[in-house]
Amino acid sequence: MDIHEYQAKEILARFGVPVPRGGLAYSPEQAAFHARELGGKAWVVKAQIHSGGRGEAGGVKLCRDEHEVRDYAASLFGRTLVTKQTGAQGKCVYRVYVEEAGDIAQEMYLGFVLDRKSERIMIVGCAEGGMSIEELAEEKPEALVRMIVDPAVGLAEFQAREFAFEMGLAPGQVAKMCTVLRACYRAYRDLDATMVEINPLVITGTGDLVALDAKMSFDTNALFRRPQVAELRDKSQEDARESAAGDSGLAYVGLDGDIGCMINGAGLAMATMDMIKLAGGAPANFLDIGGGASPERVVRAFRTVLGDAGVKVMLVNIFAGINRCDWVAEGVVRAMREVEVKLPVVVRLAGTNVEEGKRILETSGLPIITADTLADAAQKAVAARAA
Amino acid sequence: MAILVTGETRVVVQGISGRIGQFHAADMIRHGTNVVAGVTPGRGGETVLDRPVFNTVRQAVREAGAEASLVFVPPPFAADAIMEAADAGIRTVVCVTDGIPAQDMMKVKRFLRRYPSGRRTRLIGPNCAGIISPGKGFMGIMPPHIYTSGRVGIVGRSGTLGYEAASQMKALEIGVSTSVGIGGDPINGSSFRDILELFEADPETDAVMMIGEIGGPQEADAAAFVRDHMTKPVVAYVAGLSAPKGRKMGHAGAIISAFGESAQEKVVILEAAGITVAPHPSAMGATVAEVLKRRQAA
Repeated sequence: MDIHEYQAKEILARFGVPVPRGGLAYSPEQAAFHARELGGKAWVVKAQIHSGGRGEAGGVKLCRDEHEVRDYAASLFGRTLVTKQTGAQGKCVYRVYVEEAGDIAQEMYLGFVLDRKSERIMIVGCAEGGMSIEELAEEKPEALVRMIVDPAVGLAEFQAREFAFEMGLAPGQVAKMCTVLRACYRAYRDLDATMVEINPLVITGTGDLVALDAKMSFDTNALFRRPQVAELRDKSQEDARESAAGDSGLAYVGLDGDIGCMINGAGLAMATMDMIKLAGGAPANFLDIGGGASPERVVRAFRTVLGDAGVKVMLVNIFAGINRCDWVAEGVVRAMREVEVKLPVVVRLAGTNVEEGKRILETSGLPIITADTLADAAQKAVAARAA
Repeated sequence: MAILVTGETRVVVQGISGRIGQFHAADMIRHGTNVVAGVTPGRGGETVLDRPVFNTVRQAVREAGAEASLVFVPPPFAADAIMEAADAGIRTVVCVTDGIPAQDMMKVKRFLRRYPSGRRTRLIGPNCAGIISPGKGFMGIMPPHIYTSGRVGIVGRSGTLGYEAASQMKALEIGVSTSVGIGGDPINGSSFRDILELFEADPETDAVMMIGEIGGPQEADAAAFVRDHMTKPVVAYVAGLSAPKGRKMGHAGAIISAFGESAQEKVVILEAAGITVAPHPSAMGATVAEVLKRRQAA
């Protein structure tokens, strides 16, 4: 789960990371008010959307007076920003953050991630910031500083110190860097984060370290014990269908094709998408109905897939282990009757209670195209679309 | 002998009183698995499926001789259940639970390393379908009738895609020695490499079908192991050729977030290590058949 920059800064500040003073605005007037309250001669006005690359997309501006702050904020509200991370549909701006502008002597990169190789937390740093970590890893892999922290032991003092020196910081700034590292590490650990990123972390003209931008992602599996994180969720930044599906226990990812997919198991779902591609079609979505799916959940899954107006064929592929083919079949039949499905539906069932499942489909009298194998199902779906 | 579970393995089911735990425990018993006990804290003294229920895993070990455990405990408590089993001396823990926090798994992995290698617990999963040695026994949630007994091992992240491979092989009259689901989480107990090591040493396995997916470094690690240490042929398939970058595809671990984590890149890495990669998921069985034939001819 992602959160906004201003939320990440609030969290990190509580743990001890220095951040610029700022205020959140829901209207241009509020933005101007914050500028006045903050004082100073210049402010940075930033669109709050769940994406990096906002600057390049025109979502960040240095403003020199209150009117400029208000006018720029007014231009942001309701605007859809398309960044290299959002995809073509972009993300809509509903919140704007106004910050005091400061002088910058140096920009650095700092990130905390889950390292799947060591199965521990990895800190990544680079004395040159501003670029994304992907660009840094590609263009200057030798400039990256990496350190693995075992959460069972925690971040040792020597590790923080070593990291700071490796980053090339002056002795006077090492202690400040250690404070930032400790704070980020604790925020990561205490809140079940999966990512903490400060890009850029800047050294100011007076030699202080300040987080000019901040990004945090959290482990959705741990939200049950982090209510203070769960409440930061902003549904306006999520794909409406994906979040609705997620709320009803379905893993759904919208894609560009026109063959709607309803599958059990993430691996089989990905494999079915691969097979559709190979058969000359394109999947409209990834959808895993999960284990032990009741007929009700199957009906919801059907509705979710058909909520995409671009879907021309529906492909159901179930290999039941913890699931039951008869429940899935019942759900399919019920969904087709309730939703009055007009488009072709291809169903392939295998595994637990498959005979009963097939019988339910056959006796329903509905025009369901049945398939026996994965390849057969994909080919029939592609053929049905062409017909 | 089969790897990890045989008909003699004395199995305890953690979370046997729950609906899901009970359903699958019944299925395991029906198919010959030696389920000796269940564990549900607070339900000690009851019986489920004619098996005694204990309050702790330690009691199940002491009084019922449990040596392997299957965990159906809900996500907030699953990591604790795994550690409890390890501390009680259980040798193989299979965890089906999906949704365990990543930091809990870090803790579990660290905890398992505290025991000397002679009594260390092997964890399979979490978020996996389990293990089956057809005709001998199984610990998990797979439908056992789709497997025939034979001499090809299967190891995969996805449960359902493992079923798909087994049924394709069955249609070609290729049997399975053992099938292991290592699960779809970013941090798991056993990696592809760990299971390949077991198959390489297993006299009842002639070849291995490995089913990977996008995300993480484990397929690349496995490739290096196959290149350097395996004498048995390995066939692979990597799911997610059409998965977009940066999007989580169902499994918590199925996300392309670094170089070498896309299906295309993994295929290149696997092929470079001498592994035969099935061109598409419907060709998993046929590719295994081809490799076995080539081996026979050689």
